[in-house]
Amino acid sequence: MPEPLLELRGLRKRFGGLTVTDDVSLTVLPGEIHAVIGPNGAGKTTLIHQISGTLRPDEGEVVFAGQRVTDWSFPRRARAGLARSFQITCIVPGFTALENVALAVQARSGSSFRFFRPAHLEARLNEAARAALEGVGLGHRAGVVAGSMSHGEKRQLELAVALAMEPRLLLLDEPLAGAGPEETERLVALLRSLRQRYGILLVEHDMGAVFALADRVSVLVYGRVVITGTVEEIRSHPEVRSAYLGEDEMA
Amino acid sequence: MSLNLLLVQLLNGAQLGILLFLVAAGLTLVFGVMDFINLAHGVQYMLGAYVAATLGTLLGSFWLGLLLALPVSLLIGLLLEWVVFRHLYRRDHLAQVLATFGVILTVEDAVRAIWGSSPLAVPQPEGFAGGIEIMPGLTYPSFRLAIIAAGLLVALGLWLLVDRTRAGMLVRAGATNAPMVSALGVDIHKLFTLVFGIGAMLAGFAGALAGPVFAVAPGMGDGVLILAFVVIVIGGIGSIRGAFVAAILVGLIDTLGRAMLPDLLRLVMDASSARQTGAALASMLVYIVMAAILFLSPAGLFPVRRG
Amino acid sequence: MTGRARLLLPVLVLAGLAAAPFLGFDTGFAYTLMARAMILGMAALSLSLLVGGAGLVSLGQAAMLGIGAYAVAALDHAGVTNALVVFPAAALLAGLFALVTGAVSLRTSGVHFIMITLAFGQMAFFTASSLSALGGDDGYTLYGRTEWMGTRLLEDRAAFHFILLALLAGTWLLLSALIDSRFGRVLRASRENALRAQAVGFSPFPYRLVAYTVAGAISGLAGALLANATEFVSPATLAWGRSGELLFMVILGGVGQLYGAILGALAIVLLEEWLSHLLNYWRLAFGPLLILSVLFLRNGLAGITAPPRRRRAPPKAAAPKAATLEARADA
Repeated sequence: MPEPLLELRGLRKRFGGLTVTDDVSLTVLPGEIHAVIGPNGAGKTTLIHQISGTLRPDEGEVVFAGQRVTDWSFPRRARAGLARSFQITCIVPGFTALENVALAVQARSGSSFRFFRPAHLEARLNEAARAALEGVGLGHRAGVVAGSMSHGEKRQLELAVALAMEPRLLLLDEPLAGAGPEETERLVALLRSLRQRYGILLVEHDMGAVFALADRVSVLVYGRVVITGTVEEIRSHPEVRSAYLGEDEMA
Repeated sequence: MSLNLLLVQLLNGAQLGILLFLVAAGLTLVFGVMDFINLAHGVQYMLGAYVAATLGTLLGSFWLGLLLALPVSLLIGLLLEWVVFRHLYRRDHLAQVLATFGVILTVEDAVRAIWGSSPLAVPQPEGFAGGIEIMPGLTYPSFRLAIIAAGLLVALGLWLLVDRTRAGMLVRAGATNAPMVSALGVDIHKLFTLVFGIGAMLAGFAGALAGPVFAVAPGMGDGVLILAFVVIVIGGIGSIRGAFVAAILVGLIDTLGRAMLPDLLRLVMDASSARQTGAALASMLVYIVMAAILFLSPAGLFPVRRG
Repeated sequence: MTGRARLLLPVLVLAGLAAAPFLGFDTGFAYTLMARAMILGMAALSLSLLVGGAGLVSLGQAAMLGIGAYAVAALDHAGVTNALVVFPAAALLAGLFALVTGAVSLRTSGVHFIMITLAFGQMAFFTASSLSALGGDDGYTLYGRTEWMGTRLLEDRAAFHFILLALLAGTWLLLSALIDSRFGRVLRASRENALRAQAVGFSPFPYRLVAYTVAGAISGLAGALLANATEFVSPATLAWGRSGELLFMVILGGVGQLYGAILGALAIVLLEEWLSHLLNYWRLAFGPLLILSVLFLRNGLAGITAPPRRRRAPPKAAAPKAATLEARADA
């Protein structure tokens, strides 16, 4: 078994008396899509927060690419190659699509304490940004102000931003939320094309997409990992079937 | 410094703290509930002092002036809310800062135009002319003691109002989550107006009380406003309890610092530089304390949880 | 970014200032007024970098101005009047003050930031008032203007005018470049969506601190020039009303455009002058004008003359308030 890209060791997080993350341990291997599913309120987003560094766990460790990053800030983890998307679209609305992505390129190519040269004229940044936009099928929308894009386009843009960071691990928090059927299809195809290149931790409600994409699935209930297994194992697990997955979703 | 002198300074500090609390209470509630930053709150304090002094002179009684200043302050507050402030609730803080700054400029010049630029004579409160011997050999002006007592009573009343009544519950809820309160079917605008009126009246009350002690002059609201800001930042914005604790703290620190720092510094430097450095340091002291507190706890001592 | 047309207005204004002495505006009165507008314009430009560029609403910028002015006074008192010492010292001192106070203030955001910058401004104000060697509350009159290479160049009205104009234009160009640079891009991104900037690996703090320090240094330089223009320094230079006035210049000019600060400064200096000649209590008119312009002139003067570059996001979300996740839900 290869060295895991991401390893969570006994993460625990309490809000007041409520334990939202309860002794969670799991791994994401390089090139693997590991999906985390669970009912609403299971603590999926809280888990993502702790991995990305926007929340600090009360106990436990986050190990990324062999390094203990539990005490690292969110931006520092991002620089180390941990890219996250948000459940609620998170872009710079006043920037063009290209500039949104160029910002991410800029973050990994040299110092940003450069004060005089216009950033929008830096060919190196723009080329890489354009390539990332094309990678998600937004090449033709590069000059559009991000705030005026459609919801689906914004989600694609977020992915382009994440890819432009040249991350090692993608943390995707419900990337399909709010997308229509056509957009979903396009995004699923996109995600499939990304596997192998990145490790992906995917939190998603759309079971169809999860079963189509994931190598392994963990089921989170009340902050605990109930079971981790392959798609087949999860599908056939009787408790998961009855407790969480509706029969119709099995079809 | 003798024990007597220290006691006097402690009382002075408590008195300043109480006045600051009366101003800060309105400020912190208005900010907490409406997310509205009102620089013109100091104007209410100033107008309270002017109205009380003028009516007091006219009617020949400080207490009548004080009593009448309350409804007048309320009316002025509601009028300003109606004419200017309510158009700013949905705007960003920058717009709020500037427009309320404009209100300060306008009202202060209006005060100059009406009452002149020099300090106003204030009738002395009848029945509180002398002092009370609080310890053998130590008399303290009885009116200043009355200020402390009145302020404590108002603080208690405010606490009961906010903590024990339905309106108070809504105010607290509003400070935490305004959309939720409005979703409950409460007319949030009425609540805003109520909070605003009470805040304006409290500041006017503080001004009226301060009249016989401090100078009643056009710029009197500015200094108090900025100290009140320090108070609510230290206390945690939106928290009445925080405002009370922080107000007393700021009052004591400011007063004791001014009284004691020059003497303390004389231990390490010569008299004239000790006096000068002491005075400078004393006037900076509350800001230094604020910076230190914020450095340790950016949301203040009693942070109000927003959800 | 697009359109040379956008640059037309500021270039016209600067050209107008350059031509003014040749068009009959060469009286002492006109020079004084223009000097005041250009100096406050520099300070307003630096504040515009903070407000418009970084989304930092500082209500303490007058402190930096005052520190620059007091640096001139203190050096004058010590017999140092060499421009090569005085002006760098003023900028450095104000920048240092900004660096230290910024390091504390920038830990907070939104309304806390406004109040803390105000508080630090007051701290500087009271310090200035207690400097009895420099006149305390009464202020300090300079023996003479700062010297350039042993000459009294700055006392020549026309020379001083063009030096100020060059510095104003230079500040504008410098800050424009700053806003467009990589550094400025991080600042702008952090203003609009700090979470997004963090998500790609930028922590906004050091960028904001540098911007705050640069703005402080520029305001300090402006303060040193102000001391030279009036040959007098007093705590009034640091009064918090001055900070409010600078903010008003930025807003009146238009936050979205850096040069708006120049327009705003010019407009307000002229308006104040005009009103104070017209009325005894001129703020009775100035105050309501301020309120009305905030309520109705949302894009500032620059917004009247040039179409807005792009539709602004909803005011609360675009505002420098600590934006919550909810505010960002543009879905």
